[in-house]
Amino acid sequence: MKLDQIIEKLLSTARKDQPSDRVPYAFEKRIMAQIADLPSAAEDLWAAWSRLLWRAVAPCAAVAVLTAMAWFSVSPAQPDRAMLDPELEEIVAMAIELPAE
Amino acid sequence: MDATDKELIAAVLDGDASSFEPLVERYQPRVFATARRYARREDEVEDIVQEIFIKAYQKLSTYRAEAPFEHWLMRMAVRTCYDFLRKHQRNREHNVTEISAEENDWLENVGEDTTEREAHRDAAKALVDRLLEGLSPDFRLVITLLEIEEKSVKEIAELTGWSVSLVKVRAYRARNQMRKMLARVAPEKYL
Repeated sequence: MKLDQIIEKLLSTARKDQPSDRVPYAFEKRIMAQIADLPSAAEDLWAAWSRLLWRAVAPCAAVAVLTAMAWFSVSPAQPDRAMLDPELEEIVAMAIELPAE
Repeated sequence: MDATDKELIAAVLDGDASSFEPLVERYQPRVFATARRYARREDEVEDIVQEIFIKAYQKLSTYRAEAPFEHWLMRMAVRTCYDFLRKHQRNREHNVTEISAEENDWLENVGEDTTEREAHRDAAKALVDRLLEGLSPDFRLVITLLEIEEKSVKEIAELTGWSVSLVKVRAYRARNQMRKMLARVAPEKYL
């Protein structure tokens, strides 16, 4: 007997052997209990998105407050003393005066 | 009078989750039978069926009522079973060459009338299960749908989301792979 014929015979055996459609007792109750913990199927994407946004409000506000606190806790930048050096001032003044000569 | 699928779905989408229960009751036998084609252990079957109905509930708003709810649900069932096969692929790889004495007897007497007897039928069933489990998930799915459930190529394409040509190619390759596996079982006889 050829391989194809054997395969056909095996498949026909499988065809005759229908799997059982037996359902465990109260299986639908088990599914409904799982579904009770899920968000409603009626809820659309926008509702889910807005819920996520509301949830993000507190952490975002906390981050904003912390950033502000960190910003103000750093001392304001001091003007660079080197820039106010009298020697530098002199050089700049000379440069301005030169064309007048 | 029982509510129609359409009425129940509309109620669920209006926020009445309990209307989903009659839908589960109505279709769970068919979904169980489908899951039992791909999973052997009963706890695995129950997990698959549970996943199918929970997915159906979560995606119910995407159901467009262009086709019957049963078709939509069975598409989800087949795809969930396929995901299950892919997830459990490594656990299922085993040596197809190691067949039992009964399976070997069946192969020895395959051309004779004795193969129709009950014991031989069980051996044939065990052998075909062994061959199916040795196939890759896509090959197993296509052989199950095409050869065992006798669905058309077009129906399989709709159920799986594959193109018609992909279904044909996979069916051809799956049959080839089955042939090779069977030849390995008894090489002295078939090669």
